[in-house]
Amino acid sequence: MHELSLAHQMVELIESAAQTEGFNRARVVHLEVGRLSCVEPQALATAFEAASQGTCAEGAELALHVIDAEGACAACGQHQALETLYDECQSCGQLPLKVLTGTQLRVLDLEVE
Amino acid sequence: MCTTCGCGSDGATIHPHHHDHTNDHPHDHHHHDHDHSHPHGHVHGATVVTLPPEARLIHIEQDLLARNDRQAAINRATLAGLGVLGLNLVSSPGSGKTTLLVNTIEQLAGQVPVAVIEGDQQTERDADRIRATGAPAIQVNTGKGCHLDARMVAQALPELPLPRGSLLMIENVGNLVCPAAFDLGEAHKVVIFSVTEGEDKPLKYPDMFQAADLMLLSKCDLLPYLTFDPEEAEAHARRVNPRLHILRVSATTGEGMPAWLDWLREARQPLCANP
Repeated sequence: MHELSLAHQMVELIESAAQTEGFNRARVVHLEVGRLSCVEPQALATAFEAASQGTCAEGAELALHVIDAEGACAACGQHQALETLYDECQSCGQLPLKVLTGTQLRVLDLEVE
Repeated sequence: MCTTCGCGSDGATIHPHHHDHTNDHPHDHHHHDHDHSHPHGHVHGATVVTLPPEARLIHIEQDLLARNDRQAAINRATLAGLGVLGLNLVSSPGSGKTTLLVNTIEQLAGQVPVAVIEGDQQTERDADRIRATGAPAIQVNTGKGCHLDARMVAQALPELPLPRGSLLMIENVGNLVCPAAFDLGEAHKVVIFSVTEGEDKPLKYPDMFQAADLMLLSKCDLLPYLTFDPEEAEAHARRVNPRLHILRVSATTGEGMPAWLDWLREARQPLCANP
């Protein structure tokens, strides 16, 4: 359940933004989650609900933006969608592809008041 | 919504206010406090429309693991400055990490000082096993936590003697999922994979096998009694991580231990030189 510690990190980040940006409450948290990030979105949403109790993020909606994974082959340069971290290159069979995107876990924006 | 003063669940936050009036009304819900004063004066009986506070958008663009990664970078620089080789030992529970570690410390005794950070949800049992060898050990209990993080390691570092050229073995919580995401500031992750598990474990938990530099296939003395196919297991691990170095070991019979000790000596070599 590392989703819980990630949720705590997210709350810390929002609280620190509340201080620097001067807002009282976060309404919506836009979070980018790569398909190959080692996070279960539903578990993260539940953990966030628990971790945000009593903070300025309490009750905030967690808007998840799921990002498909894409890799590039070091040998032939082929770009393709990735289902796993060890997909073969569809063009030359080279392993593994360099992950270009899809492992991120990033707070993009906050809607605040 | 409170029909008297307009506060309620529509996103508005109303502040504690005091005013004289005689018509008592139930007002027992919680109002959020805040510490600035503001003028107001409303009249009960009139219809007051309160607009919700205006929302604004703040750009954050921050990786959730950024804070851990920054602490890990500090740990890594600290260990490099001290001339200490830090290893993060990761595996499923029950792979034989502690037994392997005890055996390793005994074989390096008198040659290479070893200090240990033991991560477990509960108990001092593993740290006690390490201390019985004479090596210093700090037990970090993560409680409900499923992994060590860089801050826990930073807090443990000042408690350990770390002479130049020594090894710092960080035995992570037994778990192949979560510790993969949390950099501790180690020089290498070493994944321990025991032959009593399934050959396809690297495919099921690819993050950890991809993050590791060395894989120790442990409990190899049991191979004659199992249907486990070590070649297949190693092929799966290399599929996930072609640059993974793999050694077959048994802490019980000593098989493969010299190669593991050689790997350790070689990895620490660059750190031994005086700065």
